[in-house]
Amino acid sequence: MFPTQDEISTWLPELLGGLSISLQVTALSLLIGIPFGLVLALGVLAKSRSLKGISLFLVEVGRGAPALVLLQFIYFGLPTTGLTLGSFSAAIIALAWNTGAYTSEIIRASLQSVAHGQREAAEALGLNRFDELRYVLLPQGLRVALPALLGFSILIFQGTSLCFTIALPELVSRAYEIGSTTFRYFPALLAAGVLYAAISIPAALLVNHVEKRAGLYAQR
Amino acid sequence: MSAADLLPLLRGLTWTVALTAGAFLIGAVLGVPLLAARQSRLWPLRFLAMTAIQIVRAIPPILWLFIIFFGLGMGVMPISPFNAALMGLGLIAAANMAEIYRGAVASIHFGQWEASAALDLGRWSILRDIVAPQAFRVALPSAASYLIGLMKETAVASTIGVAELAYQGNQLSQLTFRGLEVFALVGLFYVLLSLPIAWLSRVADGHLRAKVAR
Repeated sequence: MFPTQDEISTWLPELLGGLSISLQVTALSLLIGIPFGLVLALGVLAKSRSLKGISLFLVEVGRGAPALVLLQFIYFGLPTTGLTLGSFSAAIIALAWNTGAYTSEIIRASLQSVAHGQREAAEALGLNRFDELRYVLLPQGLRVALPALLGFSILIFQGTSLCFTIALPELVSRAYEIGSTTFRYFPALLAAGVLYAAISIPAALLVNHVEKRAGLYAQR
Repeated sequence: MSAADLLPLLRGLTWTVALTAGAFLIGAVLGVPLLAARQSRLWPLRFLAMTAIQIVRAIPPILWLFIIFFGLGMGVMPISPFNAALMGLGLIAAANMAEIYRGAVASIHFGQWEASAALDLGRWSILRDIVAPQAFRVALPSAASYLIGLMKETAVASTIGVAELAYQGNQLSQLTFRGLEVFALVGLFYVLLSLPIAWLSRVADGHLRAKVAR
């Protein structure tokens, strides 16, 4: 049932290599996706109709379709238009889109949670739209959004497992490959599960902690 | 793409609905004892339930399906793809529903518990007659949005060969070489599926609200 000592030492480099790819995809998706989410949030709040329409469309599709379908749409679908992407870049585009769509809702809600007087005060001080956002709304809004953004980051880390379907050699692919060559599926998959848990559980505890701290800040 | 091509997608749709409904039902039922264990007075039981919930949520759904389908299926007992998916997603749903129930129960004002104690209601009666009806109303919107999330999660069942929507889309795109349209259509189907759930949730919430706020 469980992997033996020998198996662990032979599998571990392979699995850690997979984990490293999973983490790279997570980091890049978040680095691109969260700023994209901010842009989408501002787009949805914009007065311009066309801008609002495009942003809403990107958000609704990115949230409404399963991440797996987004991934396959970009990896298997886009080549029919002549645009062929490697599995790594396809994974990042799909997950960054997914991240942008979800975080735009989180960021929009947090910007709207900033008291209305703050916005009026910024206008009264003669700040332009950009400075109002940069110095007044974002510093206060992002503090509210932080726990939710961190929580979402864990979900994206787990979401990288979907890249198995587009042949990206991340953690699940590696474990599956080990399973299919040695026919020791259960131990190999279990080992991958332990690696996921080793990152997700401490991260979840950290998010809980940040949530409590943020709650304390709001109460003061 | 012709209308005949749509047929497999519609067949896939029914499997998606069946898988979603089944997994949600399992989760909604199993979530109750899991919450009871999570809130138990015995600390070993509480600790066990907490750890189980954390572990289930820490591992990606696709890996759970693989562990059940390939791990258990090849080693311990053969299991069909649909049952494996149902088991895996039901397990995940149970952990998430337990957390939703917990949030709902925690939102009940402690005055309600005190009043029930003052009226000398038994523990079972407090839960059944006072807490559960109020918690149900609180849990409903989160449960509905989780149901929508679960519906999208069922797409991972395509990786172990359950012939649901994403699987049919994959097959169709390989058959027709028109991945762009096929996957766009599949995505649209998922969005369309989530609309009635959101609508039902709003209607139910409205009714329940109207019952209280008179």
